[in-house]
Amino acid sequence: MAFYVVQFLTGLASAASLFLVASGLSIIFGVTRIVNFAHGAFYMIGAYIAFTLTDRFSGAFGFWGGIVVAALAVALIGVLVEMVLLRRIYHVPELFQLLATFGLTLMVQDLVVLIWGPDDLVGRRAPGFKGAVDFFGQNIPSYDLFLIVLGPVVLGILWLLFQRTRWGVLVRAATQDRDMVAALGVNQKWLFTSVFAVGVFLAALGGALQIPRDAVHHAMDLRIIVEVFVVVVIGGLGSIVGAFVAAVLVSELNAFGILIFPKISIILVFLVMAVVLIVRPWGLFGRPEAPARRTPGLTVNPWRPLTSNERLAALAALVVAAALPLFAGNYALTVGSEIAIFVIFAVSLHFLMAVGGLASFGHAAYFGLGAYGVAFLAKMAGLPMIVCLLVGPLLGLAGAAVFGFFAVQLSGVYFAMLTLAFAQIVWSIAFQWVSVTGGDNGILGVWPSSWAASPSHFYWLALGVAALVTIALRIAVFSPFGYALRATRDSALRSEAIGINVKRMQWTAFVIAGTTAGIGGALFAYLKGSVFPDNLGISLSVDALVMVLLGGVETVSGAVIGAIVYKALNIWLVSQTDLSKLVLGAFIVLIVVVFPKGIVGMLEMLAQRRKGSSPPGSTLLAKPIGSAE
Amino acid sequence: MSVAPTLLAVEGLTKSYGGIHAVRGVSFELRAGEILALIGPNGAGKSTCFDMLNGQNRPDAGRIRLLGEDTTGKKPREVWRLGVGRTFQITATFATMTVRENVQVALISHQKHLFNLWGSAPRFDRDEAVRLLELVGMGGYADRPCGELAYGDLKRLELAVALANEPKLLLMDEPTAGMAPRERIDLMRLTARIAREKSIGVLFTEHDMDVVFEHADRIIVLNRGTLIAEGAPTEVRGNPQVQAVYLGEGLVYDARHREGAST
Repeated sequence: MAFYVVQFLTGLASAASLFLVASGLSIIFGVTRIVNFAHGAFYMIGAYIAFTLTDRFSGAFGFWGGIVVAALAVALIGVLVEMVLLRRIYHVPELFQLLATFGLTLMVQDLVVLIWGPDDLVGRRAPGFKGAVDFFGQNIPSYDLFLIVLGPVVLGILWLLFQRTRWGVLVRAATQDRDMVAALGVNQKWLFTSVFAVGVFLAALGGALQIPRDAVHHAMDLRIIVEVFVVVVIGGLGSIVGAFVAAVLVSELNAFGILIFPKISIILVFLVMAVVLIVRPWGLFGRPEAPARRTPGLTVNPWRPLTSNERLAALAALVVAAALPLFAGNYALTVGSEIAIFVIFAVSLHFLMAVGGLASFGHAAYFGLGAYGVAFLAKMAGLPMIVCLLVGPLLGLAGAAVFGFFAVQLSGVYFAMLTLAFAQIVWSIAFQWVSVTGGDNGILGVWPSSWAASPSHFYWLALGVAALVTIALRIAVFSPFGYALRATRDSALRSEAIGINVKRMQWTAFVIAGTTAGIGGALFAYLKGSVFPDNLGISLSVDALVMVLLGGVETVSGAVIGAIVYKALNIWLVSQTDLSKLVLGAFIVLIVVVFPKGIVGMLEMLAQRRKGSSPPGSTLLAKPIGSAE
Repeated sequence: MSVAPTLLAVEGLTKSYGGIHAVRGVSFELRAGEILALIGPNGAGKSTCFDMLNGQNRPDAGRIRLLGEDTTGKKPREVWRLGVGRTFQITATFATMTVRENVQVALISHQKHLFNLWGSAPRFDRDEAVRLLELVGMGGYADRPCGELAYGDLKRLELAVALANEPKLLLMDEPTAGMAPRERIDLMRLTARIAREKSIGVLFTEHDMDVVFEHADRIIVLNRGTLIAEGAPTEVRGNPQVQAVYLGEGLVYDARHREGAST
């Protein structure tokens, strides 16, 4: 019995940090409508700076002072980020905001390694809370008790701040209707900046307070942000009480989940989240909200199928690509195969994102499931390559069918957060279920049959499949299904009013996209000869998003160009620098701020200008066509 | 002359939000080919009524029978499949698609090709789409991006979309709101002509009394959620209760009216 009580208290203690970070995210979202992906990064910087300060200054004052100063310093960084970056992107679609703040996260990951080194850092214990309290023979660290008290205290302070101060009243008003608050003469800029500073302060404080419990390391940002996304999805984005309740719930589920499913404790959290989403899609304490902006930028250039000349040009490009083995070496062919595979991956996400309006932040899950599907079939069942390639992607299909069913219940940022959380769950299973997946060591020795073993043969195979997939999805875009899917993206209200089951259309699109990604993953497993948890990791999901964005999310063929350019650049970059995340992150931020239409989008715009017709309003990207809802 | 069949029969429709009774025990009928106007001051419950008829909103009590079938609590897409077209107070169209594509989507849905992944949508029933657009006077706009249209044209496009499933009943929530006076008259004349030709029943809400009295065969009047009058335009115009509601006896309305008159 005592053991369960201790387990419960440990859960409560873990909830404190989670609550601080989640409430910060919620406050920022409430006012600015930005889901700050970089929140995990601020949490991590908070921990690193606190480590340095508490290490440098001794004594109780040095420790507690160090923690507060660290959080304040990070809040200051937050103010800088808000003024320099976020102010430029408040008006753009959510997808771009998520991507820009994710770009920041990537940059921070390399920066902390650059400053503090790649090793785990163990901070010192909190003065006055070094011991443990005996509870019927079980030990409870006294620092845990401190954290258990801290959570409700912070909740109380936030409540007072929002109920009793002028600033709090403005924040609550802006959360309900920020246009009205602006119309009443409140200086929006400084309100947003101060709210962002408070949110970041909370995240950094959460990180700083973790140092006596956990080692500080450079992957803690993604771990916390996924948990925080789960918390705000359950609790309801924008609700502080929701963040508190959900943080406790998730922490307790983790604490007891380990006892029930020691290997895959995250399953329990997933099940609870699934139930909450079915019963209350907007979270326990959230409010249902009509999505204000469609995720991809809207275009005024209607899509059209390729003309016969353009078809010939595409065919010619394909022929040129197919001729590569005649003059290129083995390394170039391997790179070419990888690019072809990423074209498959990118067009699959593009179909979901640009046609369906559903920006998945966890698309790699289905790519990776396809790869694992092949690995299982080839290694355990010993099936021949052709069978594996045909059947393996079905694992991607199955994953997309299950997760997609829940994901399409939501839209906009909720959809993005949920797909990310699902992908992270699949990743955890691949990582933790060592007996089946090999865990971190992956599954090795997935080699192609002899007919596809040579680099040139494999290249032709990958190129052929990529061409087929691209053509098939293009046909789907211009099929009745594709039209109806675009209709659901433009106006769900109108779609339902003309007999379209919006969620079923979206679910179908999700399954199509997931299966297609699985095909890419299946080929990838054979290209590399192995499968690792990284094949379904977050960074791969973001690669896909960047490829689509780089090509142009408003275009039909942007994903192909985006994949080729991005993958080639990426392979080159990794060979040139150790700071590839820093460069990549900066690159993403740059695209979002100055280049949001992507390569193909820009080319189309230039072509349009040359024709002399009026240039498509780039303001459409900035402004919702609000009459839809 | 035989009596046209009843298209829509509403009985005791009721809906409250918290303590506010938005709609209370509203009953009426609509026959094929009839144009029925639902009028009432702001907050009378017109839109709530509408949303319940089309399935957007679930009534607390009461029955809705469409074409002899009980549709109470059915979803909008199910109501649409029975042959009900709807236009919205604030237009809802597919902004990134062309005008013709907007109509084609409705045709695709009507002919149950929603999950057809191989066919060609640009060629899907093109002639019928153009015919519908010509019917509402939008034939020349077929290839224009819908996002570029003026508001009045969007309203006409909505009408074409609403006609795509050969409806027997049209529900039009403030079809002329936000339009110039000239456009209002044109749109309502067009609607009335189509309704008579095809014997479609039309239920519409409207604030512009000129439009209402010119086109409605019959008028029902809502005030504070209850039906206070029903009849031919001349009867309703002469009804003292309706005059009180519209010209002002109640304190609230009186104040608002004076404010409007002084500006």
